[in-house]
Amino acid sequence: MATVAVTAEREHYLNKEYGIRSWLLTTDHKRIALLYLASITFFFFIGGFFALLIRLELLTPAGDLVQADTYNKLFSMHGQVMIFFFLIPSIPAVLGNFLVPLMIGAKDLAFPRINLLSWYLYMIAGVIYIHCIVYGGVDTGWTFYTPFSTAFSNTRVIEAGIAIFIAGFSSILTGLNFVVTIHRMRAPGMTWSRLPLFIWAHYATSIIQLLGTPVLAVTLLLVVFERAFNLGIFDPTRGGDPLLFQHLFWFYSHPAVYIMILPAMAVESEVVACFTRKRIFGYNFVAMSSIAIAVFGFLVWAHHMFVAGISLYSALIFSILSYLVAVPSAIKVFNWTATMYKGSISFTTPMLYAFGFIGLFTMGGLTGLFLACLGIDVHVHDTYFVIAHFHYIMVGGAVMGYLGGLHFWWPKISGRMYPEGWGRLAALLVFAGFNLTFFPQFILGYMGMPRRYWQYPPEFQVLNVLSTAGSTILAVGYVLPMVYFLWSMRYGKIANDNPWGAAGLEWKTSSPPPTFNFDEAPEVTWEAYNYEEIPAPAEVPVER
Amino acid sequence: MFDNFPLWPVRASTGAGNVDALYIFLLALSAFMCLAIFAMILIFATRYRRRRGVEAEQIEGSTALEITWSIIPMAIFMAIFVWGAVIYFHERTPPRDASEVYVVAKQWMWKLQHQEGPREINELHVPVGRDVKLIMTSQDVIHSFYVPAFRIKQDVLPGRYTTAWFRATRPGVYHLFCSQYCGTMHSGMIGQVVVMEPPQYEAWLSGGGTTGSLAASGESLFQQLGCPTCHRSDTQGRGPNLVGIFGKPVQLEDGRTVIADENYIRESILSPSAKIVSGFKPIMPVFQGLVGEEQLNALVAYIKSLSPSPVGGQAGVSLAPKPQYPKE
Repeated sequence: MATVAVTAEREHYLNKEYGIRSWLLTTDHKRIALLYLASITFFFFIGGFFALLIRLELLTPAGDLVQADTYNKLFSMHGQVMIFFFLIPSIPAVLGNFLVPLMIGAKDLAFPRINLLSWYLYMIAGVIYIHCIVYGGVDTGWTFYTPFSTAFSNTRVIEAGIAIFIAGFSSILTGLNFVVTIHRMRAPGMTWSRLPLFIWAHYATSIIQLLGTPVLAVTLLLVVFERAFNLGIFDPTRGGDPLLFQHLFWFYSHPAVYIMILPAMAVESEVVACFTRKRIFGYNFVAMSSIAIAVFGFLVWAHHMFVAGISLYSALIFSILSYLVAVPSAIKVFNWTATMYKGSISFTTPMLYAFGFIGLFTMGGLTGLFLACLGIDVHVHDTYFVIAHFHYIMVGGAVMGYLGGLHFWWPKISGRMYPEGWGRLAALLVFAGFNLTFFPQFILGYMGMPRRYWQYPPEFQVLNVLSTAGSTILAVGYVLPMVYFLWSMRYGKIANDNPWGAAGLEWKTSSPPPTFNFDEAPEVTWEAYNYEEIPAPAEVPVER
Repeated sequence: MFDNFPLWPVRASTGAGNVDALYIFLLALSAFMCLAIFAMILIFATRYRRRRGVEAEQIEGSTALEITWSIIPMAIFMAIFVWGAVIYFHERTPPRDASEVYVVAKQWMWKLQHQEGPREINELHVPVGRDVKLIMTSQDVIHSFYVPAFRIKQDVLPGRYTTAWFRATRPGVYHLFCSQYCGTMHSGMIGQVVVMEPPQYEAWLSGGGTTGSLAASGESLFQQLGCPTCHRSDTQGRGPNLVGIFGKPVQLEDGRTVIADENYIRESILSPSAKIVSGFKPIMPVFQGLVGEEQLNALVAYIKSLSPSPVGGQAGVSLAPKPQYPKE
């Protein structure tokens, strides 16, 4: 196992078959993960391009770079692309797809064909959405608030709605596949208490995908029906209720935040354990906090509606429930920090992302306390404070987790090492660029700058300029990994089976793994994170 | 504190100080938590960096620690919740004797009318030291009435009234933003709130050359639409007597009881059969589409004026307890 593999001849999932058919008709979860990787990267750069245009427009108070309608489409499509076509599938569909069967010692997911189907659904949705962008776009915000979306917007709402509706089924099928796989396909000896925390968090994520996404699907379908057939569901002039839409929308879209952040927490646990060379502090609490987040996450949706016109007493209840869901998130942060105590810590690229994740997620989480607080939310709701808060969670948290995970498992995925120096540089650029982009927005928000403003009063300019400056650094930080990952596929150092000396079944098979993952069916006789039994290899730097 | 700090919004209402105090508390708490966690990570990362010959020490976890760092944050969270809830309750409970301004939002402007009669567009003049209650509705999509200097915000919905209130404390001109995305010129749907000393305000009010109070125009509209035929000021009418009805519970035909607030009156004009008063027949014609938002506001203001002013301390009329906050 520990010998240097003779990779040139050895058959693995990448060289078993060649040709476009072998990819488009594959049922191998690892190949499907790579299909997802390519497609979501494409959408990430589209969404990122929209974001850069937004930041450039906001460089000056006047609306001068693009028209007002164009700007409204840019932020709407930035949100929809990033959430539905990048963040929701990001870690689960790429890293989860690749790793869930490997980590539990299975040959594949429970339903390999459904797995491929979910990628095709995603692609159909993507093609429809691209068509929507090219032929005029959509300007409803990612939130589709009624009656604007159903009766007033003159853009391609129906098309965007249908695209997201279909993308939702892709997400549901992935969740279904994970739940069944984790229940039914674990290797002998892989008990629930021996599961990596990555699996626990993905299990929790899958539950949310299964239970939440259908509600979004129904809601979007109702928007499409109201718009297309003049049904009166949300539009008050036709007897509907616009607040009903908001309730339904947030019933999915708040838990969706946890679909995005739980998998990043999953990565965090694996990376921190590996580069402190320790079992995660409080394994049971970290595992159960994922489940708690998934459950409580469904009970807090109306904290997006404190100024929307809901009753005073329901606002009180949703505020207090929102604080309940903050506790399990805090528990995780404390446990990762405690894991470092008396560890043997090395500062590899994945670990730098992990440090960044803890810092940014902590700030995102703490500012969530402001927004859950009724008295503060009234002032900062729908301002840049909210924008900053959720970017700290979704970009500072989820994207940092995704990039960290991609670096961590890149040797397993590609069989090659990425260049460590460039990796560290990119991680630092992302961290610095991110903070410069989004920290000023907290201040802007409390000063009162509303979100979704194409032009703004001049007193907000200085902070907007800082934010735009940061976004260019962030862009460089995001382009770098794409360049050196591609480079490393050909020129990178050949990776051995376990370059980090990590625990976990995925590191016990070769890099890249064979098509059916393990040459011999594994049997698990050890607990998760048994780092005392695994020597740290030369790849992991020793600090002076 | 922070009165002339460049990155801090001005405070110009009685509620703004309460919000700022809680915000500063939360900032301090967050800064402390961030620093504590970052310091720990930094210390651990330097002290326990990987060195040759030094192995990590395996530690299983500690239930006592887990319980500690669950209970203590929970307790702090509950304190924040209560503090925030008190402020919110205060913000959501307009004083009963507040003077009223009717707000109609539409793409992309604010139309406002004072109960004394003057109308304004994208501007609201108010005196220092008076409670002002906003009764708001939208003609099209959802908007949101946001005055950062007052720390108030309330979505404005089509088809119903929402309310907000404030008491300005400092003369000046402050931003009025629409903060709920409402289409093309969302960012152009901004105006200003002009806070004046009471004498200047009185001068402004009398200089407008208005057509009489909002309730008065509501009364002439009430006559014009023929409402008094049925809604007579005695018990003989085919419709309920509207005198003194505002703010009181109304017994409905289906056994429910509702409070006759602005939204109830609005609904009873637009779609009368939605809630029939006990003892009456559903014979009133539907006014949906026949009266505009501003006419509706005038009618509501008139019907409210038929009820004795609550300032005199009418027992049993109270909609909500008067806030216990000290007034400056």
